[in-house]
Amino acid sequence: MSDIKYKDKGSILNPLKTLQFFARKPVTEPLGPRPATETYRGFHLNDWESCIGCGTCQKVCDNAAITMVHVPEAKEDPIKGIRPLRPAIDYGRCCWCALCVDVCPTAAISLSREYVHVCTEDQLDSYFMLPSADGMHGTPYPEGWTKTPTTDLVDLEREEMPELEPQSRSDNFDEIVAGYDAQHALLEASRCVQCGMCHDACPTHMDAPEYIRSIWEGRPEDAVRWMYQSNPFSHVCGRVCTHRCETACSIGHRGEPIAIRWLKRYAMDAVDHERVKQIAAEGRVQVPTGKRIAVIGSGPAGLTAAFDLVKKGHEVEVFERLEKAGGMPRFGIPEYRLPYDKLDQDIDVITSLGVKIHYQCEIGKDRSMSSLRDEFDAVVLAIGLQLGRSTRIPGSEHIQVKAAVDLLRMITLREPFDIPKSAVVIGGGNVAMDIARSLARLQKQTYGEVQITLTALEPRDQFLADPVEVKEALEEGVTILDSRGPQACRIDDQGRLNGLCTWRVLSIFDEQHRFAPQYDSSDEQFHEGEMVVEAIGQMADVSLLGEDLTEALEWNRGRLKVDEAGRTSEPWLWSAGDCVNGPDVVHAVADGHRVAASIDACLATQDLHEV
Amino acid sequence: MRPENYQAQSHPPSNEYELFIGPNHPGIEGNYAFKLKLHGDVVLAGKADGGYLHRGFEKLMEGRLWIQNIALVPRICVPDPVPMEVTYSMAVEDLCGLEVPERAQWLRVLQLELSRIAAHLFTFGGHAATTGMYTTSYWGIADRDLILDLFEALTGGRVYHIFNIPGGTRRDVPPGFLEQVSQTLDYLESRLPDYDNLLFTNQVFITRAKDVGAMTQEQALEWGVTGPNLRATGLAFDVRRDDPYLVYEQLEFDVPTEAAGDAWARAMVRRAELKQSFRILRQVIERLPSIGGPVRAPIPNPLAWNVPAGETYARVESSKGELAYYAVSNGGDKPYRVHVRGPSSMHAVQVLEWLAEGARLEDVAQIMFSLDACPPEVDR
Repeated sequence: MSDIKYKDKGSILNPLKTLQFFARKPVTEPLGPRPATETYRGFHLNDWESCIGCGTCQKVCDNAAITMVHVPEAKEDPIKGIRPLRPAIDYGRCCWCALCVDVCPTAAISLSREYVHVCTEDQLDSYFMLPSADGMHGTPYPEGWTKTPTTDLVDLEREEMPELEPQSRSDNFDEIVAGYDAQHALLEASRCVQCGMCHDACPTHMDAPEYIRSIWEGRPEDAVRWMYQSNPFSHVCGRVCTHRCETACSIGHRGEPIAIRWLKRYAMDAVDHERVKQIAAEGRVQVPTGKRIAVIGSGPAGLTAAFDLVKKGHEVEVFERLEKAGGMPRFGIPEYRLPYDKLDQDIDVITSLGVKIHYQCEIGKDRSMSSLRDEFDAVVLAIGLQLGRSTRIPGSEHIQVKAAVDLLRMITLREPFDIPKSAVVIGGGNVAMDIARSLARLQKQTYGEVQITLTALEPRDQFLADPVEVKEALEEGVTILDSRGPQACRIDDQGRLNGLCTWRVLSIFDEQHRFAPQYDSSDEQFHEGEMVVEAIGQMADVSLLGEDLTEALEWNRGRLKVDEAGRTSEPWLWSAGDCVNGPDVVHAVADGHRVAASIDACLATQDLHEV
Repeated sequence: MRPENYQAQSHPPSNEYELFIGPNHPGIEGNYAFKLKLHGDVVLAGKADGGYLHRGFEKLMEGRLWIQNIALVPRICVPDPVPMEVTYSMAVEDLCGLEVPERAQWLRVLQLELSRIAAHLFTFGGHAATTGMYTTSYWGIADRDLILDLFEALTGGRVYHIFNIPGGTRRDVPPGFLEQVSQTLDYLESRLPDYDNLLFTNQVFITRAKDVGAMTQEQALEWGVTGPNLRATGLAFDVRRDDPYLVYEQLEFDVPTEAAGDAWARAMVRRAELKQSFRILRQVIERLPSIGGPVRAPIPNPLAWNVPAGETYARVESSKGELAYYAVSNGGDKPYRVHVRGPSSMHAVQVLEWLAEGARLEDVAQIMFSLDACPPEVDR
């Protein structure tokens, strides 16, 4: 079937055909430098500005050619998810497959068009390189293989979370976020590159990479086990955590970060509550130590400390002023963000280990600090921030000017109060959003319409509140005005509160970054409201300490002075949580662990009353 | 005087001896040894002795993520790496139920045929060199380099392309690439008369190659021979036509055969296949611009990619014969087992041993190269 003609006997003149090659160009080419093509996979380039040291390139490298090297001059910022590590390449192992380029979450790595490297025998180390943007030999070469949308192996889009629509949520306190089902949780977990930035950024250093991996492997029980290593408030944190993990997530540098918080919530919801209790009890010391510890306040910090200490074999009693445990997560966070039954489950796990909670027992009234000191080996003060700060503007002492924390507490306890037809909220943080949205729901229930105005000092892009909160508040009918400074609450002749006057804010901080707002008094606005709610911050109520103890303790600008482990100047007293760190649930949990570890270490060696 | 207890020892005849060909230069594309027992210059028996290129790829794959193996597989057959990537990807896609976008399928055909041309040019050169005609090998390798230039432009790598991943290809063609391919094809086609003059109609080659290393069709089927070697015995079997994959069904091409089954017939089949590859590539160049869409299906995070449990057998027609991957997943992020069915395992071991028997010493290297066996693929 061959299509060429050949003869068994060729012509004798055949060799003369070769003469034609004198007139042809040679097929071989002269040696010389030859530029590589546009997508050539040569030596690595790494943009140190966008490299975050996450080590994903190292993980995908099929020849283990990449080592993450500590570079002291590189930036370190665990909150933003930046490590001072940079990939070094062993060109004795590298195969230039460029998977590192395709998988890099920040698109920092690329391959250049440089492909020649020669060294003498004494320079064999030169095959181990720390690439920067300058290329292998300091001569800049153009980029070759770079990341493009088709080559990107990182999934930048988050699994969608089902939520209640604004019209179906605005008149009730039903939970807004529905949570992932198993399939969506698995898909979301599969986006994780296991860099561990989340672990570094989390105040309590939750093992997020590990529990995300467990969820991806379809083993939510293992995920819960990882969570209870570092966080006994996983139901709470799975819903309302400030998720620094997601801020630091390396995928978040170019796309949407992994929904770490929702994954935590999924695992907690997926595992049976009784099984969670068993998992939480694992590793508990079975021999009682005989030491007794009192914890004042049953919020996240206090109960986390109690959880840790009871697992170490100590006896722990918790004193709670109100009729229910939970602290700020119960009395400060509205039910639509954190259903109370989920909080109850977290607390139930802790009490199931033997933590005893005394309800409606106010220290300073029902019991004194000195009696606790005498009765217990150590005392933890975890009282949180219960007093709302006031703007102290004219008229702010009016009865209808309320503190947000007080109102939120009343809503939780279902204490009756006159729901205002119109209200003004001062503040741009999460508490302001919480009270604005709670009041909006109550107004919708009672009057069928929402009339809430929220005024904040900051411009919209600098709000302290979570952007999602702002978006949802707007959807629910709250009017949000930014850059408005409160000047006076206007009271009419009958002594009734009419509303709030505000001026436009020019600047909030002075040159030394101190709080000194400047206003434009010509731009005055009046916001009508039967009630004004101040949500501009909280402070601790330390009256329970008593005069003698207050005198004896060391203070730092109105806050109790504690050492790194949370211990006060009195050897038997530790303090933890919001009253030390400011408001944040997961910070409080971290603090609870810290004081528990410190107490446990101290009690093991000394009697604290004899120090 | 001989001592009383003297017993004459029996020696083999002095004209029988052993000769080792290789492992350095066995007349084959890589390190491989062939031990011969000769009587004069006639081979009494041959024993293939591989293993010099054993890198344990199949075992290594079990310890690596599914996507990491993409960098490993082209190394299994260096002169013809694209079928390795494509077949492995096809196996993983089959296990995952991944649908490869049409454009990616055309792109894969483009690469497969380019790779086939490169591999055949390489083999012509080698085959010619074993008959003492080195110019063809210089030309073959110089012309193959033009294909490597095309691969460099398309994939960023000249030899190890690592371009096909499960789901499709990593990039689309760069601008102006198809014209570049077209020009290269024009040039290579214009070179064919030169190759004919130099090798295929050259009386020296014909005399040397005819009737050397001949096998019958029955023998070929019994020995597991595939590819051009099988087609040189008169059986028109080609995976591209008989078990079509990718878009080969939509392409027009012939399956050339020869009847003789000897070294010459094998060379002629390869030469005819070159023309068929040109023909396929012309069709791809014509069709590809009209096919839009992505070049890769969405794939999971490569670091968290569990391939559903199951087993699969994916096969393609490589330049050497039928190449297949048998892959087993137990549902994990790494293969449980990957077995490469390389065509050369048969050609370079059993077939070579049997064909060498009775051949003359000077033809052994030619038989090896005419089978186009690839030692790195035998050893893996």
